[in-house]
Amino acid sequence: MNTRTISGEREFTWKKFFLQWEWMLVLILISIFMMNSSISPYFFNFINIADATMTFLDKAFIVFPMVMIMIMREIDISVGSTVALSSVVMAMLYNAGLPIGLAIAACLLTGALCGFLNGYLIVRYKELSAVIVTLATMILYRGIAYMLLEDQSAGGFPDWFSYFGWGYVGTIPFILVLFVAFAVIFTLILHKTVFGRHIYAIGSNSKASRFSGVKVDRIKLIVFTLAGLTAAITAIFLTSRMGSTRPNVATMYELDVIAMVALGGISTAGGKGKMTGAILAIFIVGYLQFGLGLINIPAQMLLIVIGLLLIISVTVTNLKFKVKKKKTVGHPQQKNVS
Amino acid sequence: MGDRLMEKQSILSVIAKHREAGLIGFIIILSIVFQLLNPKFLTIGNLANLITNTTILIILAVGMMLVLITRGIDLSIGSTLALSGMTSSLFVSAYPGLNPLLAILLGIMVGIICGIILGYLVSIIGILPIIASLGLMNVYRGLTFWSSGGGWVSAHQMPASFKGIATSSFLGVNTLILIAIAIFLFFYFFVNYTITGRQIYAVGSNPESAEITGINSKKILLLVYTIMGGLSGLAGVLWVSKFASAQGDTASGYELTVIAACILGGVSIAGGVGRITGVLLGAILLGILDNALPLIDVSPFWQMGIEGGIILFAVLFNVIVNRAVQQNELARRVV
Repeated sequence: MNTRTISGEREFTWKKFFLQWEWMLVLILISIFMMNSSISPYFFNFINIADATMTFLDKAFIVFPMVMIMIMREIDISVGSTVALSSVVMAMLYNAGLPIGLAIAACLLTGALCGFLNGYLIVRYKELSAVIVTLATMILYRGIAYMLLEDQSAGGFPDWFSYFGWGYVGTIPFILVLFVAFAVIFTLILHKTVFGRHIYAIGSNSKASRFSGVKVDRIKLIVFTLAGLTAAITAIFLTSRMGSTRPNVATMYELDVIAMVALGGISTAGGKGKMTGAILAIFIVGYLQFGLGLINIPAQMLLIVIGLLLIISVTVTNLKFKVKKKKTVGHPQQKNVS
Repeated sequence: MGDRLMEKQSILSVIAKHREAGLIGFIIILSIVFQLLNPKFLTIGNLANLITNTTILIILAVGMMLVLITRGIDLSIGSTLALSGMTSSLFVSAYPGLNPLLAILLGIMVGIICGIILGYLVSIIGILPIIASLGLMNVYRGLTFWSSGGGWVSAHQMPASFKGIATSSFLGVNTLILIAIAIFLFFYFFVNYTITGRQIYAVGSNPESAEITGINSKKILLLVYTIMGGLSGLAGVLWVSKFASAQGDTASGYELTVIAACILGGVSIAGGVGRITGVLLGAILLGILDNALPLIDVSPFWQMGIEGGIILFAVLFNVIVNRAVQQNELARRVV
């Protein structure tokens, strides 16, 4: 089907190298930097640019597994609710007297369990699409968060807990350091390991990969669990930055994450896209939000901008795909039945 | 042993065949339980309230069923509802003399435009419905906030005639109920007895063969999302008129309840399957839960969790029943 991602022996040409979607993203990022600098003369220095990442990198951790999920032609819209549930569990256990270390461990465990349940249901009941499973768990997980905390907020964490959200390693925010480490690890996993090649194979043709011995179910289970786990990491950073938590935190995080992945050039038809694109997209969306915040654009306008960004980027990648193929590939909504 | 297996599976296939009867049975059992816990449940006043409160859900679920049948999904309807409700209420607060019918028409027009945009993205450009509607959900929600400047249109800004849309009654029956009945009957006829209605099922159950048999599936998809938008627009006006206030976050998250009603009613998210009577019962079941849980002192904060659990259960139940039916048919073929 999609030979470009399978064959490693394609000839390297400079023309092809520069025609990649990622260069487009670099150009967009540069123009956003220029826009921000023209808005505020204080924007363009290293300290500021690094500090700004504290405001948007928390949700970026979910982008890595989401890239893998969308390459496999699946989707997970429950991640925002998973963030809320694991954050609420952490705060409640800490307030119930558990040491903060154990509370953090419980947060990670909750997230991983949420992700595992998604993966398990998708793998076990193949008739169900990921859309419907994660839609149901999206309601369920946030519903449980409301059951636990009702309309209260929970906080009162020790002082050092705020290090996750506000701490520095030298002059670089801690969250940025951890983000770079995650980015390197996940890029290597996706592009340099057998596991990563299998993810592309599943996205290109799930049935064929199953017959050629790819452990489709196990890989899906692992990736969905990773999505839950990174949602819990997001929960830790978010809770730390805000100092307390409520059941309605991280509403619509799934939209931001999916918008970042789609803007990064990961095709929703599966099997295509690179981690570097998604990483660039994280910074594009992040600095765009930051810049619009600088000129006091209300939060509601941000909704419009992110929504449009998602639709435009998917449209562009779709059209690109169509031009390249010169014909439509099957029904647009068709799910690969495996 | 084998006999018992056959028997068990034939019970499941009976359930699959008489899904609506099963739902009715479940609704009756649930009602009896609620009645035993709180005798105020089965009173004329409460039941009238219950049905009036469920009408908007029924109107939206009928449209969502069409979308789901074509293998699509529409997450933007909560925002479309808010946007059209806001637009029409802003309009009537500026021109209080406006005929309420025109306000309804305006709301429907806004909804139809929202639906056409989504339909265009899905059918012509070929974006996955979940992604396109997720994006538009935010665009429409943002437009709702923007059009009102972040404020509300509250009861005293609306003329009595506008508020009367949802509160007046005709021959002793609330207008909302009459509108819902009219829509239900119209779409019952439309999906079951018109060519276009049957083509919707054809596109959903097998897009390739639908295309080969000469059905213009792009046109059908566009139509389905336009209908959904129009119904959301209508629901928006009714919602705003009923609650006598239009806010930026009106009906936020309501799309999930609507999808839940469809799934409970037996609509398959994989497309091609779904009956309008089932959807009606699914919506009524959710309406009963909504109405009765506060009556039996369940905390309002538990409702979302209970709803999520029920949806997950219904989805898994559907799959298990379908698997059993298929196995049963296979077993019969072998014998």
